[in-house]
Amino acid sequence: MRRGQLVVDAVCVVLAVVVAFPLYWMVLAAVKPAGELQSASPLTFAPTLDSFRRVLDVENFGLYFVNSVVVALAVVALSLLVSFLSAVALTRFRFRGRTVLLVMLLVAQMVPVEALTIPLFFLLRSFGQAVPAFGLNQLGSLVLVHLAFSLPFAIWLLRGFVAAVPVELEEAAALDGASRFRFTWQVLFPLVAPGLVAASVVSFIHAWNDFLFAKTFIISGTENRTLPLGLLVFFKPEEQDWGAIMAGSTLMTVPVLVFFLIVQRHLVTGMAGAVKG
Amino acid sequence: MAVVQRRDGRAALLYLVPAGAILLALLAYPIYQLVVISLFDYGQPQASGAAPLVFLGLDNYVTLLSDPRFWDVLVTTIVFAAVCVAGTMLVGTALAVLAGRARRIPRMLLFLAALGAWATPTIAGSYVWLFLFDQDFGLVNEVFAGLGFGGMQGHSWTFDRYSAFGLVAGEIIWCSFPFVMVTMYAGITAIPREVIEAASLDGASVRRTATSVILPILRPILMIATIQSIIWDFKVFTQIYVMTNGGGVAGQNLVLNVYAYQKAFAGEEYGLGAAIGVVMTVLLLLITTLYVRAQRGVR
Repeated sequence: MRRGQLVVDAVCVVLAVVVAFPLYWMVLAAVKPAGELQSASPLTFAPTLDSFRRVLDVENFGLYFVNSVVVALAVVALSLLVSFLSAVALTRFRFRGRTVLLVMLLVAQMVPVEALTIPLFFLLRSFGQAVPAFGLNQLGSLVLVHLAFSLPFAIWLLRGFVAAVPVELEEAAALDGASRFRFTWQVLFPLVAPGLVAASVVSFIHAWNDFLFAKTFIISGTENRTLPLGLLVFFKPEEQDWGAIMAGSTLMTVPVLVFFLIVQRHLVTGMAGAVKG
Repeated sequence: MAVVQRRDGRAALLYLVPAGAILLALLAYPIYQLVVISLFDYGQPQASGAAPLVFLGLDNYVTLLSDPRFWDVLVTTIVFAAVCVAGTMLVGTALAVLAGRARRIPRMLLFLAALGAWATPTIAGSYVWLFLFDQDFGLVNEVFAGLGFGGMQGHSWTFDRYSAFGLVAGEIIWCSFPFVMVTMYAGITAIPREVIEAASLDGASVRRTATSVILPILRPILMIATIQSIIWDFKVFTQIYVMTNGGGVAGQNLVLNVYAYQKAFAGEEYGLGAAIGVVMTVLLLLITTLYVRAQRGVR
């Protein structure tokens, strides 16, 4: 029995190393001096920030980074607010057509949003003529699109969490004289925090990772590029500057990694809640 | 009661308006538009307003269905997605089971590594895998050459159709198994210990316990994870676009989503691109519905 446990643990550690290896190799290549890139050595003794400097100075990567952060944070904040409201309405209020809405929400999650690139392109083009900030080549267009795509899942997820809060609590709050509005924001909102965390992770990742919409909508507005586009610009088939590409990839990965590590405990409970709900 | 209901309805409406407006404008309306555009001859002149729209009816679909290239891409997409889903589910479930049996520290290490792969942005992950398998700078070729396979020096992994697909599938499984692993692990640990103990007291073998007790409990979670994977892998775009440079040598690695994009935004045939989008949506809905049905049947 003990030997069996040892084998399981060993396999577990080995697999952890295998899974983490691409990430390690990415960071390593980012800090390797240019001459060492081709070597298979798993260590470097002369780490340098040259690649990062090249990325940040030459290609405006800093700006793309800020753009990506702005889009992702705007999407997260708006989607939490909007989806929480809907989740409350769908679980706490009785009204006609509720079931229909729920079913539509499920179906909406199955729509391959990537297929909508073409109509969205034209929609945003005409939208931009009325409200320039949300038109093509503007960050606002990406915020809008990702907000819309993150909503169905976020609402569905939060619904489970709101439903888990006992109705008695609301009755007690009402007896104590709290208005429904006050109860919703001061009691319910904090109580569904794990759900909010899980929902925000998913929305953040969607917005942060997006490549297709950024590539399609941000055509001529180079100053409004987000990180994935910045990376693509770096990738020139003739002169692959792997050091710089890996430095850029590292810069793009680190914020998500930090975010994940902070919320990881909530994430597992959040996902479990989503599955149960 | 009636009064309460009406007040509820009005409040609910207020709470639902923001989400409703956004979803109608940016999800429902584009779906409708997608179908409309697919019925027109919609090229660059039409897009810029220089030429009038010509209604084609189903002509775009006829063009598509009589194009052998489309069928090739369609079959490729389905097979490729099936391989990715199967791989993701297998790896994710196996590692969840393993994590459930390991002690704390090894388990934490595995979860940390999985979290890292999960957190890696798609495009960063694609580049890292490309780098690992790069013709000249890649570690994999170096290691092969070091092991005595001199022929692997300068070997291109993206030139051959199947090795390019294999590489992309590897990256996709690497970045999507963590979701399955975490959900399955949550499901496994949620099974009360007594249930398994009761089964073994009743004389059920380990295998019997797994298939007749644990699996039925986990089925709903397994189903959700599978559907999620199908949806993700069927419409994969970034990995193919980045790793095979827009669809591979002579378009050998095209999948539907990339094909639609190329048709619309590179070939300026928006009508055809939209038709591919419609086909993709319908197929995806069909596949997931069939899958849900099949699972219901099992239960």
